[in-house]
Amino acid sequence: MTDTSATQTIPRPARLLVGLLTLLLAAALGWALWHLPGTAVGLAPEVSARLADSGVRNPVTAVLLNFRGYDTWLELAVLLLAVLGSWTLAHTTDVGPVEPVPGLLLSALLRLLLPLMVLVAGYLLWIGATAPGGAFQAGSVLAAAGVLILLAWPAAAERLPDSLLRGGLSLGLAGFFAVALGSLARTGYLLQYPTGWAGRLILLIEAAATLSIGLTLTALFVGGRPRRTERESSP
Amino acid sequence: MNVVFLYSALGIALFAMGLYALIVYAHLLRKILALNVMSSGVFLILIATAFRAPGRPDPVPHAMVLTGIVVAVSATALALALAARLRAATGNPHLSDADTAQRE
Repeated sequence: MTDTSATQTIPRPARLLVGLLTLLLAAALGWALWHLPGTAVGLAPEVSARLADSGVRNPVTAVLLNFRGYDTWLELAVLLLAVLGSWTLAHTTDVGPVEPVPGLLLSALLRLLLPLMVLVAGYLLWIGATAPGGAFQAGSVLAAAGVLILLAWPAAAERLPDSLLRGGLSLGLAGFFAVALGSLARTGYLLQYPTGWAGRLILLIEAAATLSIGLTLTALFVGGRPRRTERESSP
Repeated sequence: MNVVFLYSALGIALFAMGLYALIVYAHLLRKILALNVMSSGVFLILIATAFRAPGRPDPVPHAMVLTGIVVAVSATALALALAARLRAATGNPHLSDADTAQRE
Protein backbone atom coordinates (compact mmCIF):
# COMPACT_ATOMS: atom_id res chain seq x y z
CA MET A 1 0.00 0.00 0.00
CA THR A 2 1.36 3.39 -0.94
CA ASP A 3 0.83 6.75 0.74
CA THR A 4 -2.63 6.10 2.11
CA SER A 5 -2.09 8.35 5.06
CA ALA A 6 -5.15 10.10 6.34
CA THR A 7 -3.46 13.48 6.03
CA GLN A 8 -2.88 13.37 2.30
CA THR A 9 -4.19 16.57 0.79
CA ILE A 10 -4.25 18.55 -2.42
CA PRO A 11 -1.13 20.69 -3.06
CA ARG A 12 -0.47 23.70 -0.85
CA PRO A 13 -1.40 26.53 -3.27
CA ALA A 14 -4.72 24.84 -3.93
CA ARG A 15 -5.26 24.48 -0.18
CA LEU A 16 -4.71 28.19 0.33
CA LEU A 17 -7.10 29.04 -2.47
CA VAL A 18 -9.78 26.72 -1.11
CA GLY A 19 -9.30 28.12 2.38
CA LEU A 20 -9.68 31.66 1.09
CA LEU A 21 -12.80 30.80 -0.90
CA THR A 22 -14.47 29.03 2.00
CA LEU A 23 -13.67 32.00 4.24
CA LEU A 24 -15.32 34.28 1.69
CA LEU A 25 -18.33 31.97 1.52
CA ALA A 26 -18.60 31.94 5.30
CA ALA A 27 -18.38 35.72 5.39
CA ALA A 28 -21.10 36.06 2.75
CA LEU A 29 -23.37 33.63 4.61
CA GLY A 30 -22.68 35.45 7.87
CA TRP A 31 -23.54 38.77 6.28
CA ALA A 32 -26.79 37.31 4.93
CA LEU A 33 -27.75 35.82 8.28
CA TRP A 34 -26.85 39.01 10.11
CA HIS A 35 -29.41 40.86 8.05
CA LEU A 36 -32.23 38.42 8.73
CA PRO A 37 -35.10 40.04 10.62
CA GLY A 38 -34.95 39.42 14.34
CA THR A 39 -38.39 37.90 14.53
CA ALA A 40 -40.00 35.93 11.77
CA VAL A 41 -43.37 34.34 12.07
CA GLY A 42 -42.64 31.47 9.75
CA LEU A 43 -45.27 28.76 9.55
CA ALA A 44 -45.91 28.48 13.28
CA PRO A 45 -49.33 30.22 13.19
CA GLU A 46 -50.60 27.98 10.39
CA VAL A 47 -49.50 24.89 12.28
CA SER A 48 -51.03 26.11 15.54
CA ALA A 49 -54.30 26.90 13.82
CA ARG A 50 -54.73 23.37 12.45
CA LEU A 51 -53.03 21.45 15.25
CA ALA A 52 -56.34 20.43 16.81
CA ASP A 53 -57.38 18.70 13.59
CA SER A 54 -54.10 16.88 13.10
CA GLY A 55 -54.73 14.08 15.58
CA VAL A 56 -51.68 14.76 17.75
CA ARG A 57 -50.73 17.52 20.16
CA ASN A 58 -47.02 17.84 19.38
CA PRO A 59 -46.61 20.32 16.49
CA VAL A 60 -43.45 18.68 15.11
CA THR A 61 -45.14 15.29 14.95
CA ALA A 62 -48.16 16.89 13.32
CA VAL A 63 -45.93 18.42 10.66
CA LEU A 64 -43.98 15.21 10.13
CA LEU A 65 -46.84 12.74 9.99
CA ASN A 66 -49.81 14.79 8.88
CA PHE A 67 -49.08 18.11 7.19
CA ARG A 68 -45.87 16.92 5.52
CA GLY A 69 -46.52 13.19 5.70
CA TYR A 70 -45.49 12.78 2.09
CA ASP A 71 -41.93 13.81 2.96
CA THR A 72 -41.80 11.22 5.74
CA TRP A 73 -43.08 8.60 3.33
CA LEU A 74 -40.27 9.34 0.92
CA GLU A 75 -37.81 9.38 3.81
CA LEU A 76 -38.70 5.78 4.60
CA ALA A 77 -38.06 5.00 0.95
CA VAL A 78 -34.64 6.65 1.21
CA LEU A 79 -33.78 4.42 4.17
CA LEU A 80 -34.79 1.34 2.19
CA LEU A 81 -32.74 2.52 -0.79
CA ALA A 82 -29.66 2.88 1.41
CA VAL A 83 -30.05 -0.71 2.59
CA LEU A 84 -30.55 -1.94 -0.96
CA GLY A 85 -27.48 -0.03 -2.06
CA SER A 86 -25.31 -1.46 0.68
CA TRP A 87 -26.70 -4.92 -0.07
CA THR A 88 -25.59 -4.73 -3.69
CA LEU A 89 -22.05 -3.93 -2.62
CA ALA A 90 -21.04 -6.58 -0.12
CA HIS A 91 -21.93 -9.65 1.84
CA THR A 92 -22.39 -9.61 5.58
CA THR A 93 -19.33 -11.71 6.19
CA ASP A 94 -17.15 -9.40 4.10
CA VAL A 95 -17.78 -6.19 5.98
CA GLY A 96 -19.81 -6.88 9.09
CA PRO A 97 -18.47 -7.56 12.58
CA VAL A 98 -16.84 -10.97 12.71
CA GLU A 99 -15.54 -11.52 16.21
CA PRO A 100 -17.70 -10.80 19.22
CA VAL A 101 -16.36 -8.20 21.60
CA PRO A 102 -14.19 -10.15 24.05
CA GLY A 103 -14.97 -10.26 27.72
CA LEU A 104 -17.97 -10.70 29.93
CA LEU A 105 -18.94 -7.11 30.43
CA LEU A 106 -20.90 -6.62 27.22
CA SER A 107 -23.05 -9.73 27.62
CA ALA A 108 -23.77 -8.92 31.22
CA LEU A 109 -24.64 -5.35 30.36
CA LEU A 110 -26.87 -6.41 27.48
CA ARG A 111 -28.98 -8.61 29.72
CA LEU A 112 -29.85 -5.48 31.65
CA LEU A 113 -29.87 -2.99 28.80
CA LEU A 114 -31.83 -4.67 26.03
CA PRO A 115 -35.22 -4.92 27.76
CA LEU A 116 -34.76 -1.37 28.95
CA MET A 117 -33.98 -0.14 25.45
CA VAL A 118 -37.06 -1.82 24.04
CA LEU A 119 -39.09 -0.17 26.77
CA VAL A 120 -37.58 3.24 26.06
CA ALA A 121 -38.26 2.81 22.36
CA GLY A 122 -41.87 1.97 23.06
CA TYR A 123 -42.18 4.98 25.33
CA LEU A 124 -40.65 7.32 22.76
CA LEU A 125 -43.03 6.01 20.13
CA TRP A 126 -46.06 6.55 22.32
CA ILE A 127 -45.11 9.93 23.71
CA GLY A 128 -44.45 11.31 20.23
CA ALA A 129 -48.07 12.40 20.03
CA THR A 130 -47.74 14.90 22.86
CA ALA A 131 -44.02 15.53 23.43
CA PRO A 132 -40.79 15.27 21.42
CA GLY A 133 -40.55 11.70 20.26
CA GLY A 134 -41.98 9.52 17.55
CA ALA A 135 -40.98 6.90 15.06
CA PHE A 136 -37.45 8.04 14.22
CA GLN A 137 -36.35 8.56 17.77
CA ALA A 138 -37.74 5.20 18.86
CA GLY A 139 -36.28 3.52 15.80
CA SER A 140 -32.85 4.92 16.63
CA VAL A 141 -32.97 3.43 20.11
CA LEU A 142 -33.96 0.07 18.62
CA ALA A 143 -31.10 0.38 16.16
CA ALA A 144 -28.67 1.04 19.00
CA ALA A 145 -29.97 -2.12 20.65
CA GLY A 146 -29.43 -3.97 17.38
CA VAL A 147 -25.88 -2.69 17.10
CA LEU A 148 -25.11 -3.82 20.66
CA ILE A 149 -26.55 -7.25 19.89
CA LEU A 150 -24.33 -7.51 16.83
CA LEU A 151 -21.26 -6.50 18.79
CA ALA A 152 -21.88 -9.31 21.26
CA TRP A 153 -23.19 -11.85 18.75
CA PRO A 154 -22.08 -11.12 15.18
CA ALA A 155 -23.68 -14.28 13.84
CA ALA A 156 -27.07 -12.73 14.44
CA ALA A 157 -26.71 -10.92 11.12
CA GLU A 158 -26.93 -14.25 9.32
CA ARG A 159 -29.39 -15.94 11.65
CA LEU A 160 -32.40 -13.71 11.22
CA PRO A 161 -34.88 -15.53 8.98
CA ASP A 162 -34.99 -14.11 5.50
CA SER A 163 -38.72 -13.39 5.51
CA LEU A 164 -38.50 -11.55 8.81
CA LEU A 165 -35.57 -9.47 7.64
CA ARG A 166 -37.05 -8.40 4.33
CA GLY A 167 -40.53 -8.03 5.75
CA GLY A 168 -39.26 -5.90 8.58
CA LEU A 169 -37.19 -3.69 6.31
CA SER A 170 -40.14 -2.89 4.09
CA LEU A 171 -42.76 -2.76 6.85
CA GLY A 172 -42.55 1.01 7.36
CA LEU A 173 -42.88 1.88 3.70
CA ALA A 174 -45.59 -0.72 3.18
CA GLY A 175 -47.55 0.54 6.18
CA PHE A 176 -47.41 4.06 4.86
CA PHE A 177 -48.50 2.81 1.45
CA ALA A 178 -51.45 0.99 2.97
CA VAL A 179 -52.59 4.05 4.91
CA ALA A 180 -52.12 6.31 1.90
CA LEU A 181 -54.07 4.09 -0.45
CA GLY A 182 -56.75 3.48 2.15
CA SER A 183 -57.21 7.17 2.75
CA LEU A 184 -57.20 7.78 -1.00
CA ALA A 185 -60.00 5.27 -1.40
CA ARG A 186 -61.90 6.70 1.52
CA THR A 187 -61.60 10.44 0.99
CA GLY A 188 -60.46 10.82 -2.60
CA TYR A 189 -57.20 12.61 -1.70
CA LEU A 190 -53.81 10.99 -1.15
CA LEU A 191 -52.82 10.98 2.52
CA GLN A 192 -55.99 12.81 3.55
CA TYR A 193 -56.77 10.98 6.76
CA PRO A 194 -60.51 10.36 7.30
CA THR A 195 -62.07 12.60 9.94
CA GLY A 196 -61.36 11.42 13.46
CA TRP A 197 -58.93 8.74 12.32
CA ALA A 198 -55.81 10.87 12.10
CA GLY A 199 -54.46 10.07 15.55
CA ARG A 200 -54.89 6.33 15.18
CA LEU A 201 -53.47 6.22 11.67
CA ILE A 202 -50.47 8.27 12.73
CA LEU A 203 -49.76 5.84 15.56
CA LEU A 204 -50.14 2.91 13.19
CA ILE A 205 -47.73 4.40 10.69
CA GLU A 206 -45.25 5.29 13.40
CA ALA A 207 -45.35 1.81 14.96
CA ALA A 208 -44.60 0.14 11.63
CA ALA A 209 -41.96 2.74 10.88
CA THR A 210 -40.25 2.27 14.27
CA LEU A 211 -39.65 -1.44 13.68
CA SER A 212 -38.58 -0.75 10.14
CA ILE A 213 -36.18 2.05 11.04
CA GLY A 214 -34.56 0.00 13.81
CA LEU A 215 -34.02 -2.94 11.50
CA THR A 216 -32.84 -0.70 8.63
CA LEU A 217 -30.24 1.15 10.67
CA THR A 218 -28.97 -2.14 12.11
CA ALA A 219 -28.75 -3.59 8.59
CA LEU A 220 -26.85 -0.49 7.51
CA PHE A 221 -24.44 -1.06 10.40
CA VAL A 222 -23.86 -4.62 9.20
CA GLY A 223 -23.22 -3.23 5.74
CA GLY A 224 -23.88 -6.25 3.56
CA ARG A 225 -26.50 -8.73 2.53
CA PRO A 226 -26.74 -12.03 4.37
CA ARG A 227 -25.01 -14.71 2.40
CA ARG A 228 -27.59 -17.18 3.49
CA THR A 229 -30.35 -15.54 1.45
CA GLU A 230 -28.60 -16.14 -1.83
CA ARG A 231 -29.70 -18.97 -3.97
CA GLU A 232 -27.16 -21.29 -5.49
CA SER A 233 -27.15 -21.67 -9.23
CA SER A 234 -30.65 -22.50 -10.32
CA PRO A 235 -31.51 -26.18 -10.22
CA MET B 1 -25.20 39.87 19.21
CA ASN B 2 -28.32 37.87 19.86
CA VAL B 3 -28.47 34.17 20.50
CA VAL B 4 -29.97 33.27 17.10
CA PHE B 5 -27.09 34.87 15.25
CA LEU B 6 -24.54 33.17 17.52
CA TYR B 7 -25.87 29.72 16.74
CA SER B 8 -26.28 30.56 13.07
CA ALA B 9 -22.70 31.78 12.92
CA LEU B 10 -21.54 28.54 14.53
CA GLY B 11 -23.55 26.64 11.93
CA ILE B 12 -21.89 28.63 9.17
CA ALA B 13 -18.47 27.93 10.69
CA LEU B 14 -19.21 24.21 10.76
CA PHE B 15 -20.38 24.33 7.17
CA ALA B 16 -17.29 26.21 6.00
CA MET B 17 -14.88 23.95 7.85
CA GLY B 18 -16.63 20.87 6.52
CA LEU B 19 -16.52 22.23 3.00
CA TYR B 20 -12.79 22.94 3.30
CA ALA B 21 -12.09 19.43 4.57
CA LEU B 22 -14.28 17.90 1.89
CA ILE B 23 -12.29 19.53 -0.90
CA VAL B 24 -8.82 19.37 0.57
CA TYR B 25 -8.43 15.87 1.98
CA ALA B 26 -8.01 12.83 -0.20
CA HIS B 27 -9.02 10.06 2.18
CA LEU B 28 -12.62 9.03 1.52
CA LEU B 29 -13.46 8.60 5.18
CA ARG B 30 -12.41 12.17 5.87
CA LYS B 31 -14.62 13.36 3.05
CA ILE B 32 -17.59 11.46 4.43
CA LEU B 33 -16.99 12.89 7.89
CA ALA B 34 -16.65 16.37 6.38
CA LEU B 35 -20.06 15.95 4.72
CA ASN B 36 -21.52 15.02 8.08
CA VAL B 37 -20.02 18.11 9.68
CA MET B 38 -21.49 20.26 6.89
CA SER B 39 -24.91 18.76 7.43
CA SER B 40 -24.64 19.42 11.17
CA GLY B 41 -23.91 23.05 10.37
CA VAL B 42 -26.95 23.30 8.13
CA PHE B 43 -29.19 21.71 10.76
CA LEU B 44 -27.88 24.13 13.37
CA ILE B 45 -28.73 27.10 11.15
CA LEU B 46 -32.22 25.73 10.49
CA ILE B 47 -32.93 25.22 14.17
CA ALA B 48 -31.46 28.57 15.21
CA THR B 49 -33.52 30.54 12.71
CA ALA B 50 -36.64 28.63 13.75
CA PHE B 51 -36.34 30.24 17.18
CA ARG B 52 -37.03 33.68 15.75
CA ALA B 53 -40.75 32.95 15.85
CA PRO B 54 -42.53 34.71 18.72
CA GLY B 55 -43.86 32.28 21.29
CA ARG B 56 -43.17 28.67 20.44
CA PRO B 57 -40.48 27.99 17.84
CA ASP B 58 -41.48 27.25 14.29
CA PRO B 59 -42.06 23.48 14.02
CA VAL B 60 -41.61 23.13 10.26
CA PRO B 61 -37.79 23.58 10.24
CA HIS B 62 -37.62 21.14 13.15
CA ALA B 63 -39.43 18.55 11.06
CA MET B 64 -37.13 19.30 8.14
CA VAL B 65 -34.07 18.75 10.33
CA LEU B 66 -35.45 15.42 11.60
CA THR B 67 -35.96 14.31 8.02
CA GLY B 68 -32.52 15.65 7.12
CA ILE B 69 -30.81 13.73 9.90
CA VAL B 70 -32.34 10.46 8.74
CA VAL B 71 -31.42 11.12 5.12
CA ALA B 72 -27.88 12.09 6.17
CA VAL B 73 -27.52 8.84 8.10
CA SER B 74 -28.71 6.83 5.10
CA ALA B 75 -26.42 8.67 2.73
CA THR B 76 -23.46 8.24 5.09
CA ALA B 77 -24.12 4.53 5.38
CA LEU B 78 -24.27 4.12 1.61
CA ALA B 79 -21.16 6.27 1.18
CA LEU B 80 -19.28 4.14 3.72
CA ALA B 81 -20.36 0.98 1.91
CA LEU B 82 -19.10 2.45 -1.36
CA ALA B 83 -15.82 3.55 0.22
CA ALA B 84 -15.30 0.10 1.73
CA ARG B 85 -15.99 -1.53 -1.61
CA LEU B 86 -13.64 0.87 -3.39
CA ARG B 87 -10.89 0.10 -0.93
CA ALA B 88 -11.46 -3.63 -1.30
CA ALA B 89 -11.38 -3.33 -5.07
CA THR B 90 -8.47 -0.93 -5.55
CA GLY B 91 -6.50 -1.25 -2.33
CA ASN B 92 -6.38 2.43 -1.49
CA PRO B 93 -8.95 4.50 0.38
CA HIS B 94 -8.99 7.48 -1.93
CA LEU B 95 -10.13 8.21 -5.44
CA SER B 96 -7.42 8.29 -8.06
CA ASP B 97 -7.47 10.48 -11.12
CA ALA B 98 -6.45 7.84 -13.61
CA ASP B 99 -6.84 4.11 -13.48
CA THR B 100 -3.38 3.35 -14.74
CA ALA B 101 -1.29 6.41 -13.85
CA GLN B 102 1.34 5.90 -11.16
CA ARG B 103 1.40 8.35 -8.29
CA GLU B 104 4.58 10.43 -8.06
